Amino acid sequence: MISLLPQFVVTGLLTGSVYALVAVSIVLVFKATRIFNFAVGELLALGGYFCYSFVVWFHFPLWLALLGALMMAVVTGCLVERLVLRPLLSQPLLTIIMATLALGVLLRGLMLMVWTGYDVAFPKNLLPGKTVVVGDVAMSHELLWAGAIALTSFAALAYFFMKTQTGLRMRAVSEDHELSMACGINITVVFAVTWVLAVILGTLAGSLMGYRLSLAPSYTPLLALKAFPAVIFGGLESMTGALVGGLMVGLIEAVVGGLIDPNLGEISAYVLLLIVLFIRPEGLFGLKRIERI
Amino acid sequence: MWRPCGTFDDTYEKDMTIIRTPAEWVLTVAGLVALCLLPVVLGGGMITTLNLIGISAVSIMGLHVLTGLTGQISLGHGAFMGVGAYAMMMMMNLLGFSFWLAMPLAVLTSGLVGLFFGLPSLRIKGFYLAMATLAAQFIIPWAIVNIRPDLTGGTSTLTVEAPSLFGFAFSSQQRIFYFVMPFAVLSIILTRNLQRSKIGRAFVAIRDNDLAAEIMGVEIFRYKLLSFFICSLYAGLAGCLLVVWMGATNVDSFMLHESIWYLGMIIVGGLGSVPGAIFGVIFIRLLEIVSQSIGPPIAGFFPDALGAALKSGISPFIFGLVILLFLAYEPRGLAHRWEIFKHFYRRWPFSH
Repeated sequence: MISLLPQFVVTGLLTGSVYALVAVSIVLVFKATRIFNFAVGELLALGGYFCYSFVVWFHFPLWLALLGALMMAVVTGCLVERLVLRPLLSQPLLTIIMATLALGVLLRGLMLMVWTGYDVAFPKNLLPGKTVVVGDVAMSHELLWAGAIALTSFAALAYFFMKTQTGLRMRAVSEDHELSMACGINITVVFAVTWVLAVILGTLAGSLMGYRLSLAPSYTPLLALKAFPAVIFGGLESMTGALVGGLMVGLIEAVVGGLIDPNLGEISAYVLLLIVLFIRPEGLFGLKRIERI
Repeated sequence: MWRPCGTFDDTYEKDMTIIRTPAEWVLTVAGLVALCLLPVVLGGGMITTLNLIGISAVSIMGLHVLTGLTGQISLGHGAFMGVGAYAMMMMMNLLGFSFWLAMPLAVLTSGLVGLFFGLPSLRIKGFYLAMATLAAQFIIPWAIVNIRPDLTGGTSTLTVEAPSLFGFAFSSQQRIFYFVMPFAVLSIILTRNLQRSKIGRAFVAIRDNDLAAEIMGVEIFRYKLLSFFICSLYAGLAGCLLVVWMGATNVDSFMLHESIWYLGMIIVGGLGSVPGAIFGVIFIRLLEIVSQSIGPPIAGFFPDALGAALKSGISPFIFGLVILLFLAYEPRGLAHRWEIFKHFYRRWPFSH
């Protein structure tokens, strides 16, 4: 069994990179707007479905379908921000949590209505390449593509935040809403950009996951729930934390699932979440909240 | 607060009563009698729904105490109901306990499990606590399905014998109505009184400002745990009632979406108000029925496959939409509308 460990580590890290995409999407929204997006699972599945529809209904090549799905993500992101979350800014916590949960339920209903409740799978062999074997470790090309796309997105995101004007504005807004307004930043635009970026990341993750497994309104959103422990593990305010957290969750899931029990693998992320909340609630890279009276 | 015209609180007893005037007494008694007669008047389908409303009302009282009064968000309410349901099923089917012994023990089990998942509230609050309860929501059904599927039945449905009292078996929906409703009425009265007691005021103090509450001498951790405990007791009771209602246990009744529906009920009803919570239950359960019944006629306009898809998706779609509309346009819920109506009624014909 133990000789399989390298295999599980590699598979776990590659799967984890997709979880990390979702986790970064959550952190992005949280940093800018203080809203924790529970609807991320449904947004992700919706993105996957858009990609699927472009491939299967309109017979686009995969790259064009992905591009189309990303365009749809821009539209979805703007709509979600404008219609659902802008009226609820600076509302109490429960209102915001409930709003994103309700958005999730609504989107799930929408997906059931448009794409039905049955599994849909992408046609196979859309992605070039085949399984790569290095020593004892076999890596499926789908997972390698997923890892590569995730890494590219993280690099692009890092460049965006460090080197562009909009990125700088977004970092300012995540520090303080009122101060950044006073500096002349249009924060509603920043919020819209944030949501668009978050939905784009979700769409990437949804398309990758959907391509690897298949899509269904009942379980595709559940895959994104793996990202919640990742976010808490890394710390809510930290992009790096989300990245590390996502990889960790993928790793733990694969190793526990492979070496001990596949069923235990499913739940291991949530056991990790409970342990983190007991011991270090602010997470690995998060800010410790200090309360003064 | 506006009081009915002509009633004066000249003693402490009068100040504390809930039912103040003879007219209110008449209405209360008439309401209870009408409740008792409902199964005789109504048909089978409606009774099933009414039973579900009663069970949800018991369950929602727990969430009302935890979220409405204490301000702690629980995303694991469905799972705590599951603990009660499965504990009762296992005690009855495996240990051979009678229903009347198994139910209190199951309720207590659920309370203790809730207490355990409330423990993180010592260190964390708000959003992080919501995550801890979310973890409970995933771990508990997982444990039910995977740890000992030979005992719990895993994902399959196990039947449970209907309870009986002095030879009267609660076997049909009409009879279950008389089993569920006393629990619902008692839970509501109990919660209403709890809210007015020292404990209830401590809960509200924690919700409104936990630091200030601690300085005034409210032991935050103790009361938070107590709140979790009470919430899970109600959830466990509702779980047991649900088993009686279905005559069986099935893990699908205790998943995350159920927890979201329960949170939706107190949002629609209005946080922190017992009548509001009940309005919320009735509103959401009826909405469920309505959205299921408008599905088929709408589906008739479309081709078969699309129609079937519409039918399955319309219920969650409408639920999500209604919650979002309430959050945006009436965040204080139906309870607020009810207060406005009462003010209007009492001051009529004067506008203010």
